[in-house]
Amino acid sequence: MALKETNPMKYEAVIGLEVHAQMATDTKIFCGCSTKFGSEPNSQTCPVCIGMPGVLPVLNKKAVECAIKTGLAVQSKISAYSRFARKNYFYPDLPKGYQVSQYELPICEGGHIEIVIDGEVKRIGLTRIHMEEDAGKNIHEGGGPYSFVDLNRTGVPLMEIVSEPDIRTPAEAAAYMKKLRAILRYLEVCDGNMEQGSLRCDANVSVRPIGQKELGVKVELKNINSFRYVEKALEYEIKRQINVIESGGKIVQETRLFDSSTGVTQSMRSKEEAHDYRYFPEPDLVPIVPSEAWIEKIRQALTELPDAKRERFVTKYSLPEYDAELLTTDKTVADWYETAVLAGGQPKAVSNWMMGELTKMLNDENKSIENCPIKPEHLAGMLKLIDNGTISGKIAKTVFEEMYKTGKNADAVVKEKGLVQISDEGAIEKAVDEVLSKSAQEIERFKAGDEKLMGFFVGQVMKATKGKANPQMLNELLRKKLS
Amino acid sequence: MKLNEMTITGLRNLLDKKEIRPSEILDDVYARIEEVEDKIHAYLITTKEQAYKTAAEAEKTIIENKTALLTGIPIAVKDNMCTEGILTTCGSKILYNFIPPYESTVTARMKAQHYLLTGKTNMDEFAMGSSTENSAYYPSKNPWDTGCVPGGSSGGSAAAVAADECIAAIGSDTGGSIRQPASLCGVVGLKPTYGAVSRYGLVAFASSLDQIGPLTKTVADSALLLNVIGGHDPKDSTSAPGEIKDFTKVIGQDIKGMRIGIPEEYFIKGLDSDVEASVKDALKKLEALGAVPVEISLPHTEYAVATYYVIATSEASSNLARYDGVKYGFRRDGKDLLDMYMKTRAEGFGPEVKRRIMLGTFALSSGYYDAYYRKAQQVRTLLKTDFEKAFEKVDIIATPTAPTTAFRFGEKTTDPLQMYLSDIFTISVNLAGVPAISVPCGFSAKRMPIGLQLIGKHFDEASILKAAYAFEQSTEWHLRKPTL
Repeated sequence: MALKETNPMKYEAVIGLEVHAQMATDTKIFCGCSTKFGSEPNSQTCPVCIGMPGVLPVLNKKAVECAIKTGLAVQSKISAYSRFARKNYFYPDLPKGYQVSQYELPICEGGHIEIVIDGEVKRIGLTRIHMEEDAGKNIHEGGGPYSFVDLNRTGVPLMEIVSEPDIRTPAEAAAYMKKLRAILRYLEVCDGNMEQGSLRCDANVSVRPIGQKELGVKVELKNINSFRYVEKALEYEIKRQINVIESGGKIVQETRLFDSSTGVTQSMRSKEEAHDYRYFPEPDLVPIVPSEAWIEKIRQALTELPDAKRERFVTKYSLPEYDAELLTTDKTVADWYETAVLAGGQPKAVSNWMMGELTKMLNDENKSIENCPIKPEHLAGMLKLIDNGTISGKIAKTVFEEMYKTGKNADAVVKEKGLVQISDEGAIEKAVDEVLSKSAQEIERFKAGDEKLMGFFVGQVMKATKGKANPQMLNELLRKKLS
Repeated sequence: MKLNEMTITGLRNLLDKKEIRPSEILDDVYARIEEVEDKIHAYLITTKEQAYKTAAEAEKTIIENKTALLTGIPIAVKDNMCTEGILTTCGSKILYNFIPPYESTVTARMKAQHYLLTGKTNMDEFAMGSSTENSAYYPSKNPWDTGCVPGGSSGGSAAAVAADECIAAIGSDTGGSIRQPASLCGVVGLKPTYGAVSRYGLVAFASSLDQIGPLTKTVADSALLLNVIGGHDPKDSTSAPGEIKDFTKVIGQDIKGMRIGIPEEYFIKGLDSDVEASVKDALKKLEALGAVPVEISLPHTEYAVATYYVIATSEASSNLARYDGVKYGFRRDGKDLLDMYMKTRAEGFGPEVKRRIMLGTFALSSGYYDAYYRKAQQVRTLLKTDFEKAFEKVDIIATPTAPTTAFRFGEKTTDPLQMYLSDIFTISVNLAGVPAISVPCGFSAKRMPIGLQLIGKHFDEASILKAAYAFEQSTEWHLRKPTL
């Protein structure tokens, strides 16, 4: 359904995001079952996560560590005393009839994440980070009068990271999500894989006329599973709400579901139909009282985060902000970059090759840097060959493509393909003479002032030498002969 | 004396001396079951075949002089403890076919000591009740008068011990479910400190109150069983860390100078006069043994029952949500998911369970939470403080276990509140998490057993076992047997 255009300038949106991040633990939050993705349905279950009678949860310490690590990285206060609560509702993918989550006393409170919007740094506050278990999955297929339930995901540990309503535009929301994902991946507390559902997002959004202090009625958007959808869903919803208000209607407090195939949000349930989850403290688990020493140990082991790394790249490698930002969004990319630089690659040259050729090649094959056939040391090696004149910058592109195809280093590629630059003055002169002898007309025009023809002569010689002529020497020779 | 009438301690002696064989004990136990079970209905199922198999193995270990604490001892287990490969119904229709693929920690620990499981005992459905009248299958009868209830919810376990249909039994106690039936059936029943015994594999009723404990013919047997089943379990986060003491060592120590608190709030109107007289005689006996009576007050006692019924039902409403017909147990198909849920739970649960689920659901509902659940938790703290303050002045506290002797079937079924009040003296103990034991202390004019409750400090089972043993050894109440 297309919405009519309204004047969005009169309104501002108020957005808060609730991000569910799957914590990178090997086993589930309350039992020893594996968290591996994509296994045979119900193959990673036990009496505890199936919710059999009489079984009890035992908290996975690694999950608590992930949450504390995240909290420390975003300047949250780590609670000295926190506990789990039960969220009660009936659904076949929830075997106990309640989800073990945190309610009144979450593991982390406060904190913030900084995003850059139009060159300006904006701070998005965090309300809390809490731990909870994931539910299973209902599968409706086969056409029979029944559904299937896969409980492999039941009990997989999640962090819910709740932002303050500090976000004002869909672009800010997307920037926030990207930044959060980068931080989580840096910390290795979440793999950030949105296709596999490792990172999911719900949004609370309301609109109000600019200048109005009171908040509008909020709508909860569920089921937003990619950066692209965060923006699309919010854009649609904001427009929808403005339309309702402009046409004299009232926003209803409700939960709406975003349909990524149509780009539209649709009402799921109203406030009246909202569940009463009957939260109460989980009596089967003891309160979490992390020791100061443990928190300090986790703090000490914190890795450098994207912002710090970006700044360091700017100062240490004299990179432009733009380069540093792109290179530090993903820790693997940043690590790849630094390895190449440490192997002797000139910092800006490494950056150029990574952001240019390498990104293009990886994108063409939809590959991530983890699966890049070129090793960072190989890029550094190739740059050395350019520096010492073994190959030209132009030939380097061919070398790079070959390195990508074969996984071999630059030396090997250059040798095998005979791509060594011709720096023998005699050989270049011979080629120049041959070209000039066939180009009497062009020489005349050049001498008459058509300087652009220089390119033509260079091109002809390069063609004749299969691009291997040392461009600097070639240029000098041509100028000498044509003057 | 037939072997089934003996105690764990007595049989251990004969077995270790190789004067008897485990299978001979089983012969007497199952002969007794054959003889009286029709009248008592203590068991939901018996596991005779398996018991004889285990007995044969036990015999080998005895010959090899490798006996463990419970080698060859037939013990009954309440049907709310999961036993791998053996039907575990929790007295409910909703689990009528449930065979657990895992073993509860308590039974696993008894298995490790080579016990012989005689069968699974009857109980009020999901341990909700004080008479076994809420069992989905049939009520158990009191061996002293089969027209009377055995108490509950561990009524089957208490009746089985009292009728010598086993040597000892395991029960669970959420608000008195071990001690009240022990009192009503004239046996010993111990509810350990919350956290002293693992709850893993105990079908949950109210997680913050449930605790497993023994029902035995003597105090010494309770101490021995606590040694076996107690101690930290990594599978239960609420189980207390650290090594468990050897409780059999305190048996026989004298109680001279032990300060025994007598709370005025427990000797009130509604307390049966025979019960009052017996308990007061028992207190005199303890004094004669060297204990020092001290009058104390537990001022918030009157709020205990109300507090309990908010907290226990709240937790139960959530604990019992998993019985939805989706994964195991009873299912009644419906026209859609909601219909299936409703039909399954409407038919699978009995009226008392439904009443408590509704009470608990209400107490946790948005808008009522503060008035009920939160308030109840606050009162619970006050009740705990009552005990802490009292224990500054005394070593243990003595009270009647139940306000009356066993009542007749149907006497209280029409009035749930009257039924709830039969736990009035036992409930505070669960709310405070402290240990308590019920030990036989007399009989009413109608020759029904009366129990004395001794309450201890957190993790001080030693003191109540010591006092209970001293009392038991100076009286003969525990030696009486019902005539069936």
